[in-house]
Amino acid sequence: MGRFFPAPDDAGCRGRDGPVSFSFQAAVAQRDFDVSLALGPTETVAVMGPNGAGKSTLLSTIAGLVRPDTGRAELNGRTLFHLGSGIHQWTPPHRRGTALLAQEPLLFPHLTAADNVAFGPRSAGVPPRKAKERALQWLAEVEAEALAGRRPAGLSGGQAQRVAVARALAADPGLLLLDEPMAALDIHSAPLLRRLLKRVLADRPAIIVTHDVLDALVLADRVVVLENGRIAEDGPTRQVLERPRSPFAAGLAGLNFVTGTLTASGIRTAGGQGIAPDLEIAGHLEEPGEAGQAGAAGLPGAAVFPPSAVSVFLTDAHGSPRNSFPVQVTELEPHGDQIRVRGGGLAADITPAASAELGLAPGIRAHFVIKSAAVSIYAT
Amino acid sequence: MKLRARQPYTGIPRWVSGLAVLSALVVVLPLVAIVARVNWANFIPLVTSESALDALGLSLRTSAASTLLCIVLGVPLALVLARGSFPFQRLLRSLVLLPLVLPPVVGGLALLYTFGRQGLLGGALQVLGIQIAFSTTAVVLAQTFVALPFLVVSLEGALRIGGQKYEAVAATLGAPPGVVFRRVTLPLILPGLASGAVLSFARSLGEFGATLTFAGSLQGVTRTLPLEIYLQRETDPDAAVALSLVLVAVAVAVVALAYGRPGGLQRQGPAPWGGSSRRPTTPGAAGGTVR
Repeated sequence: MGRFFPAPDDAGCRGRDGPVSFSFQAAVAQRDFDVSLALGPTETVAVMGPNGAGKSTLLSTIAGLVRPDTGRAELNGRTLFHLGSGIHQWTPPHRRGTALLAQEPLLFPHLTAADNVAFGPRSAGVPPRKAKERALQWLAEVEAEALAGRRPAGLSGGQAQRVAVARALAADPGLLLLDEPMAALDIHSAPLLRRLLKRVLADRPAIIVTHDVLDALVLADRVVVLENGRIAEDGPTRQVLERPRSPFAAGLAGLNFVTGTLTASGIRTAGGQGIAPDLEIAGHLEEPGEAGQAGAAGLPGAAVFPPSAVSVFLTDAHGSPRNSFPVQVTELEPHGDQIRVRGGGLAADITPAASAELGLAPGIRAHFVIKSAAVSIYAT
Repeated sequence: MKLRARQPYTGIPRWVSGLAVLSALVVVLPLVAIVARVNWANFIPLVTSESALDALGLSLRTSAASTLLCIVLGVPLALVLARGSFPFQRLLRSLVLLPLVLPPVVGGLALLYTFGRQGLLGGALQVLGIQIAFSTTAVVLAQTFVALPFLVVSLEGALRIGGQKYEAVAATLGAPPGVVFRRVTLPLILPGLASGAVLSFARSLGEFGATLTFAGSLQGVTRTLPLEIYLQRETDPDAAVALSLVLVAVAVAVVALAYGRPGGLQRQGPAPWGGSSRRPTTPGAAGGTVR
């Protein structure tokens, strides 16, 4: 699978190992939120996760719009908040230097595009003429100088979001927060903005909440998966997508993800999420410890494999019960030039010809057989 | 009933339409009656008599002053009520709206027992050499008392509908609360503020009971147009009717200003500098309708 993903940009600093410009730890009891996170000086982190996982709470807490119960955050050596028993330090949003770019551009409707972009510098005390100059520079940076005199009502969604990017950057934020900035754009505007963001995010720290795996691939050095207000996974983009350790990340990467107990040669399924229990999947253990694969037996783990490694048969005529799952086909859908067959909590990709030959249709009983060589096993 | 061309189905029962006509008559018929009763031959002399002009001038001046006072006091109150969070918030909102339903005479009495010589603040004011009751200041205070809720209600609505997204973005861009208020909140609520101010002005102009109780009726000092009309009604009904018509005309103008035009009081200016306004914008949908 590795060849499908571009190599990560190693120039970017890793917040987890390298220098840290932003550190964050906060708990919000009311929203069952407890997250800690650190960023390098030029690192971009993509935050992904199902709806209600706490992604927006994370951004709001960093920006100072939500006050956590306890926690501590610092940006470039300045304390954003430090709340705990007996400690109460709080920097209001306007002194944090954490500009927020939301799904909607939220350009001030009564100001022109240029005045919108000049808003940050003006608020910082830059004289009007200088602020306007700076605004025009930033508008040029996002290829929107022609829109300078327009009101937001006269801008398309993509244009408005570009101006909003310029406005956020003109405020010279120490950390840029992006909350699904591409979600409200049409399919023509999104790629343009993504390219723009890639350019401007290259040398500054940013946190981008997104549902689109493409954003993570193109823009982020690292992916953090949030689930139920906790970090379920945190690692370099490529690693998270190649070797997901959470069902959500596996879904993002389009991989099958099966949890269970490690055995000497693979994994015994635990069941759940539609997957039959107590079935053996053979595969190779990634990152085996000193004890090797046999030594890891009994630990909880997960098997990850692409749908292309799953074949579909109508009968269980292939001898070995290992790696063979009896399933009821639930869905057939086109996937590129393949047909994706779903059933028993797994996905298989087969050719349209094979699908026709097998006479597959929702409701039919079939066997999914997994190629052991393509199965990666992890201890979790 | 034949449907007129291009009129979509409304689903209004015929008896409802009948009652609607009746209710419209309740409002329109008295207006027609007063217009019919006007002595047109003497109209101009009647409305330009010294006492009439005094009353009209006083009414306009005091109403303008109380509208200004309503804006200065009402904007902060509406902001706090709409966005703040504090104990007894609901109670405060109900109390602020009380003058809407309170008989104005009662309001006047309440003001008298607050600012009058024997009132709650009377002693303190007397020490400072300030005499409010039965002065033009009292007129303005009485008008403010009854008109403030109109401004607060219409502003609070505008504030609630808009939410605080723009304010949050402005803050993350580095704007301190004062700047956010001046450069974001205030421009955004301007349409609501304008219609609230117009309503307050209209209410002040028509104020009678509280003014009479708290300020009395002294020509040129506290006798506003409604008081003048009430006084003239006994001695010179023709003058009363003529002046009433003036008030009706002003009221119609105010209502037209606030609600008449599509898009009403909302801003639709061209871009102030170097703007291209070639892009077609629909009135109401563009520029102005921001919240």
